[in-house]
Amino acid sequence: MKRQTAIPAVVWFVAPALTLIGLFFFLPLAASLLLSFTDFDIYALGRLDRLRFIGFENYRRLLNDPMFWTALKNTLYFVIVGGPLSVLVSLGAALLVNHRLTRFQGVFRTLLFLPVVTTLVVVAVVWRYLYHPRYGFLNYVLGLAGLPPIDWLGDPDWAMPAIILMAVWKNFGFNMVVFIAGLQSIPRRLYEAAEIDGADGWAQFRYITLPMLAPIFLFVTLITLIGYFQLFAEPYVMTQGGPADSTLSVALLMFQEGFRWWNFGYAAAVAFVLFLIILAGTLIQAWLRRWRSK
Amino acid sequence: MSRNPLGFHKPFTCPRLCCWLGLCLMPVLLAGCLTDEATPSLTLWAMGREGEAVQGLTVEFERRHPGVRVQVQQIPWSAAHEKLLTAFAGDALPDVIQLGNTWVPEFAALDAILPLGDKNAAADVFPGILASSQIDGRLMAMPWYVDTRLLFYRKDLLALAGIEGPPLNWAEWEVALARIVALPGGPRFGLLLPMSEWQPLAILALQAGATLLRDADRHADFQSPAFRRAFGFYLDLFRQGYAPALAEAQLSNVYQDFAEGRFAFYITGPWNLGELRQRLPAWVQEHWDTAPMPGTDGPGVSLAGGSSLAVCRSSRQPEAARALVKFLTEPEQQVAFYRLTGDLPARRSAWSHPDLAHAPHIEAFRRQLDQVRPMPQIPEWERIADKISHFAEKAVRGELGEDEALAALEAEVNSILAKRRWLMDKAVTGESQP
Repeated sequence: MKRQTAIPAVVWFVAPALTLIGLFFFLPLAASLLLSFTDFDIYALGRLDRLRFIGFENYRRLLNDPMFWTALKNTLYFVIVGGPLSVLVSLGAALLVNHRLTRFQGVFRTLLFLPVVTTLVVVAVVWRYLYHPRYGFLNYVLGLAGLPPIDWLGDPDWAMPAIILMAVWKNFGFNMVVFIAGLQSIPRRLYEAAEIDGADGWAQFRYITLPMLAPIFLFVTLITLIGYFQLFAEPYVMTQGGPADSTLSVALLMFQEGFRWWNFGYAAAVAFVLFLIILAGTLIQAWLRRWRSK
Repeated sequence: MSRNPLGFHKPFTCPRLCCWLGLCLMPVLLAGCLTDEATPSLTLWAMGREGEAVQGLTVEFERRHPGVRVQVQQIPWSAAHEKLLTAFAGDALPDVIQLGNTWVPEFAALDAILPLGDKNAAADVFPGILASSQIDGRLMAMPWYVDTRLLFYRKDLLALAGIEGPPLNWAEWEVALARIVALPGGPRFGLLLPMSEWQPLAILALQAGATLLRDADRHADFQSPAFRRAFGFYLDLFRQGYAPALAEAQLSNVYQDFAEGRFAFYITGPWNLGELRQRLPAWVQEHWDTAPMPGTDGPGVSLAGGSSLAVCRSSRQPEAARALVKFLTEPEQQVAFYRLTGDLPARRSAWSHPDLAHAPHIEAFRRQLDQVRPMPQIPEWERIADKISHFAEKAVRGELGEDEALAALEAEVNSILAKRRWLMDKAVTGESQP
């Protein structure tokens, strides 16, 4: 009797959220999985009898598509260089802002967080000026140092570093705030005890701060990894994937196939491959953490 | 991280869940019913500056047609194509839409627009432009304003290089470019040719006699001698240092560079007439002009561009919608529209109006418009065009050899056309077996 009333109560509480998740997450997920086995395109949009089920053909084509491999290479470049850089910059900023000698902590925290809440389009417009080959500030600084100017967004070798630089600047504030929260939750007495034992600043950082931040690290790297794999808005506004596809990311390729060329079948296949890659990355990371903590 | 993110372990009873689902869905269903209210007005979707300016003309239409109100909704160009297709998918297209001429085949294939039958008006449109809105012999959209690309050039730089008048053919053009690049006074290019644009290469190809596609647009045709000739000429412009290898992202100061004389030629369209008049400093104004495209030997063809107006099949008032299209494409309204926006009229009779006949820089456009050709009229065209600039850029940057790039382009475009071939073959076998 007791058990029978308990189950509906759970359902009543969970149902609204579950309905929304089902309706707006699992249903579209299933639909797009189905879509990825068809050649849904502009012709099929007009008349459904022009739709063909083609099995794994989209996935086969995808693996033979040089554009996909370029996009994957670019995305990995962004994740592998940009991800750790972003985490390190946020950690550094958090340590500085949270240092007891730092004055006006609130002001710095707000200022450093500002890029996160600024609209990306605005940021992109300003950074395009900073990156301008002839009138840009960055090249002006290079000129002062006696270095030749760099065509930041026009040179295929420099476009991705330029995007990484901007993305790190734009996003590090969020992780910084998370790190600050983590730093503030470390009990002071640990540092006091370490000081009595004669540990210097570096030893305190290495043996107290870093281990205590470990769970935060997992969270931050995971969120950064997932976010960075979905690189889209920065190249979409700054370079449209150019020059010579050097900033084309997997998510941008998916968008172009889907909404620009209306090849939804193919775009859905790209989306699923991206999903699998992110899933694999997340699992590997979680597994690494567990393996290290053993 | 929880292993069970949704947080339930036990099965729940189905009827109750369904009840909940229904309750949660109710607001959605209700909202759907409420918005589906019939409105007596006509809705027109127009893009960018045109969407703003056309509101100055619809007032007159409302005066002539009492009882009809026109609502204009302005869409930014950058999102227009996606928005129109999404609206079609969601069955939310308005009565009348502005379509870029290259989109007409797509919307015709979707069966989203109604054919128009105004023979007299059609006969007055530039033939090349009209062809771009005709699908299988039926007029699917009425050309509204036109654009085409031709040469914008600096008269003073040409004179300095000892050249009289704009080049008339490729050979003269190359001579002019070589002399301009050699002029003293700082690094200078002959021609601005952004690599992200497919149009200049397509124009050169048409001039050389290439058809781009063959077999009723079933297969790519990029390895023909004609296309090879145009491609070689195009690449030479970069190899000889006449044009800088620039991507679009680097072009933030075209007008300043043009004013400073960093390049002498620019292949672009009528939208830059107004821009140049506004943005160039006063002293440069008398030093630039426009000229028709030079061809292989003599004046060359260019692309039939511009926008058309189409009536959507989903419109509830197709007759009123047709009347609006007819009204907006009348010569008088086109002249008025030209005054508002600077957009060039599609109707030839509008060009005899004094406003156009005496405007500076426009004569070259009138001459070029008699020599324009549409691109292949298939829904895949935009995508193919994107591939053309993609592989051309690779060849310019030296990542692919000339032949390699063309072979890769041909293979890629053939795979894009696979579905079209399947549909056409299906249609043929379907007809032969009743």
